[in-house]
Amino acid sequence: MKICVLVKEVPDAAVEKRINPQTGRLDRSGEKNLNPYDTHAIEAAMQIKEGGAVQVDEIVAVTMGPESATRALHKAVSLGADRSIQLTDDALAGSDVQATGYALATVLQKESPDLVLLGQQSDDGECYTIGAIVADHLQMPSLTQVIKMDVNDSALRCERQAEYGYDTVEIDLPAVISVGDAINEPRYPSLKAIMGAKKKPLEKMGSGDAGIDGSRVGADGSMVQCGNFKAPPSKSAGEIIEDEDTNETVERIVAWLDERKLI
Amino acid sequence: MPGILTFALHYEGAFNKNSLGAVTEASKLARELGTEAHAVVVGENVPDELASQLGAYGASKVFRVQAPEGLAQPVVDAMAKVMTDNGHDYALFGGGLLGFEIGAGLAARLNAGVTMEVTAVDVEDGRLVAQRPILGDSAISESRYRGKGIIIGRLNAFEMQQSADAGSSATVEDVQVELSPWSTKARMVTRGEQRGADVDIEGADILIAGGRGLGKAEGFETLEQLAASFGGNSAVAATRAVVDAGWYPYAAQIGQTGKTVAPKLYLAAGISGAIQHKVGMQASENIVAINKDSNAPIFEFSDLGVVGDLNKIVPKLIDAVKAKKGG
Ligand SMILES: Cc1cc2nc3c(=O)[nH]c(=O)nc-3n(C[C@H](O)[C@H](O)[C@H](O)COP(=O)(O)OP(=O)(O)OC[C@H]3O[C@@H](n4cnc5c(N)ncnc54)[C@H](O)[C@@H]3O)c2cc1C
Ligand SMILES: Nc1ncnc2c1ncn2[C@@H]1O[C@H](COP(=O)(O)O)[C@@H](O)[C@H]1O
Repeated sequence: MKICVLVKEVPDAAVEKRINPQTGRLDRSGEKNLNPYDTHAIEAAMQIKEGGAVQVDEIVAVTMGPESATRALHKAVSLGADRSIQLTDDALAGSDVQATGYALATVLQKESPDLVLLGQQSDDGECYTIGAIVADHLQMPSLTQVIKMDVNDSALRCERQAEYGYDTVEIDLPAVISVGDAINEPRYPSLKAIMGAKKKPLEKMGSGDAGIDGSRVGADGSMVQCGNFKAPPSKSAGEIIEDEDTNETVERIVAWLDERKLI
Repeated sequence: MPGILTFALHYEGAFNKNSLGAVTEASKLARELGTEAHAVVVGENVPDELASQLGAYGASKVFRVQAPEGLAQPVVDAMAKVMTDNGHDYALFGGGLLGFEIGAGLAARLNAGVTMEVTAVDVEDGRLVAQRPILGDSAISESRYRGKGIIIGRLNAFEMQQSADAGSSATVEDVQVELSPWSTKARMVTRGEQRGADVDIEGADILIAGGRGLGKAEGFETLEQLAASFGGNSAVAATRAVVDAGWYPYAAQIGQTGKTVAPKLYLAAGISGAIQHKVGMQASENIVAINKDSNAPIFEFSDLGVVGDLNKIVPKLIDAVKAKKGG
């Protein structure tokens, strides 16, 4: 079985300011990292490989992103992927989610994976949708937010929480699954794995190499135009108590609640 | 005629409140555009009485499709066919999980633009413009569509409302849809399983909610004591993270795939304040948060934020509330 894991480079969560107050635009500078939700997808692939229920021949990390995204692939490899693919091309800049999903699906098609795994969301885009888009382009069944997955050679048994409680769904392979962050506790990479990550095969390709139709990607090929960023209606900031002396903190909380007749 | 198509999710004989919100919103927008709002219902033998109810919320026509329920891809097949055959320009979804999956699949199928987590939709020059909060709700971005547009609402963004001619029922049209081969490769084994005890939190005036910051399932025992110290109409609620972990019953979960509440007091302990949680509790009258991370998003929408370790604060708070009550 071959598993492809989609991973993305995102701004580090510790970088606090994500919008530039001067320009009102997205601030894309600062530290970048592997999308933390994707580490659950890599871990899920590793657990299938190590679980022994099926034979996993290869785990391939795939990303679409700028030059710097190579580091996210190195991280993915240090966490267990055997090799990686980076789709990178200026022509892809400005792609909306649909165009991104199309481009990724085109790369995946060549790999003909038995299973495609994704994270539940990207930490910056928070679209929750790439999985379902990729699945439709690949003509594969799919499910998102999966928190338990049992694998055999031809099918998966998945559990996830939906509108009315927990659903259990059986899905034939090949399939596209996005995993929720409750599915596992991702491991930390060993020092050896970190050192070795750069030596594992990394294939870079442009959109032409991947067979992507240039008219369907990039800002011009995208069907949504986003813009006019504006500030949300301001909500008066709440009161903040820094807990230094807990007895005093608790007194203040009780007084606050009492004032509002909540006790 | 171009128009707006919505998906109406139903379960055990009733429509989903957020779907009815989407139908309401679609009919309002359709009126402004001078067109009609329609809906798709999918299921095994959906009765006329159920399907036609959507008329009361402003749908003039309901397309009924015989296909498996609770999975997204058969609905993508159904909506793609209906939109293509009838020339709908837009699809609109209420908040939820299936709406994300169906909307995304539909965008791929129709090469349409898609926007999720939409909080408002306006009509501008005869086209729809969707507003979406981004970057942890610190900014709002507007989406415009070059071709067909797929708009997925945020939970509770669209309020359901019966239209003026509420007595009207929609015409129901049966549509034969041939499912894509891949849409038949997922099968529902069990649906809507309720994990954990059947607790009732919806009527509570005081909700004490716990998240992953509790560290372990036993943390909820302390929160139950805190709730009890308030006495009367209080209960304990939870985030998806801890429900998925099996620390607390699903029936107590607040948020996108859980309950929506608006108690007098919502006290959140060890909860980060993710959007999917916020949408289920932001209408609470008073929000108090205890979190050790001063950058936690929950402080952006709390009335009282306490930056500190809940393990230190909560036990003392229980005693203090009891003392106050007693005194
Ligand atoms: C499609 C979809 C649907 C979803 N539906 C829901 C839903 O219905 N409901 C829901 O809640 N979530 C939902 N989520 C998940 C949501 O995105 C978050 O992952 C979840 O709400 C996080 O839960 P949490 O706050 O308990 O955990 P975390 O985000 O891990 O936050 C834990 C917090 O505890 C704090 N903390 C840790 N230790 C302490 C301490 N000792 N003292 C004080 N504070 C401490 C930390 O600083 C942190 O802020 C959904 C997600 C998706 C993608
Ligand atoms: N540019 C990208 N390259 C590779 N994978 C991506 C990309 N964008 C999103 N993904 C994957 O899709 C998941 C969901 O992202 P999103 O739909 O943006 O919230 C992420 O966790 C990744 O696994």
